[in-house]
Amino acid sequence: MRSEASLGLKIAAIAGLLFLHLPILLIFLYAFTTEERSFTFPPPGLTTEWFAVAWNRPDIWPPLYLSLQVAALSTVLALILGTLVAAAMAGTRFFGRDQVSLLIILPIALPGVITGISMRSAFSIMDIPFSTLTIVLGHATFCIVIVYNNAVARFRRLSGGILEASADLGANSFQTFRFVLLPNLGSALLAGGMLAFALSFDEVIVTTFTAGQQSTLPIWMLEELVRPRQRPVTNVVAMVVFIATFIPILIAYYLTRGGSETAGGGK
Amino acid sequence: MTAPAIIPPRGLADRLTTLFWRHPRLLLSLLIAPPLLWLGVVYLGSLAALLLQSFYSIDEFSGLIVHEFTLKTYGELLRPSNADVILRTLGMAIAVTIASAFIAFPIAYFAARYAKGRWKAAFYLGIMLPLWSSYLVKVYAWKLILAKEGILTWATEATHTSWLLNAALSLPGVGGNSLSTSYIGTFLTFTYVWLPFMILPMQASLERVPNSMLEAAADLGATARQTFRTVVLPLAMPGIVAGSIFTFSLTLGDYIIPQIIGTSASFIGMAVYQLQGTAGNIPLAAAFAVVPIVIMLIYLSLAKRAGAFDAL
Repeated sequence: MRSEASLGLKIAAIAGLLFLHLPILLIFLYAFTTEERSFTFPPPGLTTEWFAVAWNRPDIWPPLYLSLQVAALSTVLALILGTLVAAAMAGTRFFGRDQVSLLIILPIALPGVITGISMRSAFSIMDIPFSTLTIVLGHATFCIVIVYNNAVARFRRLSGGILEASADLGANSFQTFRFVLLPNLGSALLAGGMLAFALSFDEVIVTTFTAGQQSTLPIWMLEELVRPRQRPVTNVVAMVVFIATFIPILIAYYLTRGGSETAGGGK
Repeated sequence: MTAPAIIPPRGLADRLTTLFWRHPRLLLSLLIAPPLLWLGVVYLGSLAALLLQSFYSIDEFSGLIVHEFTLKTYGELLRPSNADVILRTLGMAIAVTIASAFIAFPIAYFAARYAKGRWKAAFYLGIMLPLWSSYLVKVYAWKLILAKEGILTWATEATHTSWLLNAALSLPGVGGNSLSTSYIGTFLTFTYVWLPFMILPMQASLERVPNSMLEAAADLGATARQTFRTVVLPLAMPGIVAGSIFTFSLTLGDYIIPQIIGTSASFIGMAVYQLQGTAGNIPLAAAFAVVPIVIMLIYLSLAKRAGAFDAL
């Protein structure tokens, strides 16, 4: 096999990557345009006033707080549940193991609209009023798989020997968990938590079904997309949402990078 | 003789440790019970509620839900207006899947077989970031691109290719007033948003094609084209099918993209959303939601036969 790619392949690959990234840059550009009623390109002029306008718009802050609150709560729940199920699935084989792994993946494998409408019908059958809690119920459910994927990969690389060594040295299960398991799992859990936070922070499809009258930041954005008011303000918020999801993803990448070495093994 | 080295238990934690050691199943059940309860109650419970609702019907005069088992609601799906929605969504899902497979392949192929070191990391991040970054922001970006006064129109005017754009827009069926109000626009946005979901499994399966096989093909006198068609493509197929599961499923259920970009024609997701919201017809909304589940179950069983699960 040739070690150099053909020119055609190179061009197609680079063009594909550009296709993935250039559209996002437009969001940034239009946050500075002086034209607020249409998406004229090129923008007639550039200004930074929209950042101040967005800052002073009272309708943006409550959705932002709600989104942060929901994402934090869902991440904590997903971290606990995802780690537990990863711990159970990593070392042992048991009856129904495949079914459990299917059950974990199902909430993101099926289209979000199905999760959404299912939860909505369940809430209406059980007369549960919509609240922040109902949003969290939905988000935590599809965040579990994200934490699980990160944690289970780390569990697999963790050599069983270090847990046995800890027991041999007289540590009980809880000490082993605190002083051996947790430090080894730490970065994987942090990465999983970051991704779960990013996913929850910008989730819109399930949220529209479980939020009732409340709005999260993505729901606020969706309303602005359907009925635009000051378009550049939407761009400013879109930039904030993009950066708020971009940074955790980047951190998660660096935390789990180069993960081929097995902790406690090899030497 | 020395005394046996048994440390006496120092409290509850040690006693529990002994218990877990003697009964490993107990620890396993304690670990797995909370997540299983959560997923079983919150998620499966909700799916059951959905299924239950789809067998109810709505009283045409009072608009109230009749809590009696009936298949009438599923029958309504076959009405021409509703069947159109299902077929339109299916057509879009197929088109988007095929288009993303074609765009994704060179990226996945280059990233899997040629990118080294720094480039490899760049490609990995270059695919992961758009995959994870905000869905709504991506959709919004395409609203900016496809707008009548937007960058695409400007670009075609600057390069004197407006005739091409106008020709595409005047196509019967898929064209429209502007790109942002046509099926072409919906299709482009879908393809863009789901593309990373196609690249990743494709790349994973291409990375597993052994170099020795390519060398063997070359030794046996195959041209590059023949090697590609008879060795690389069949071996990469499970990855392509795995990617298509995502693009297909995600397109089937999405209701935001066709609502923001495209004609006013309805898709399955939009029908579900509108029926449960403004129309208050939860049984029909539930029946509509069962359609993608059934389609995906059929698709998954076909994909399983193609070996796609080994590529996930």
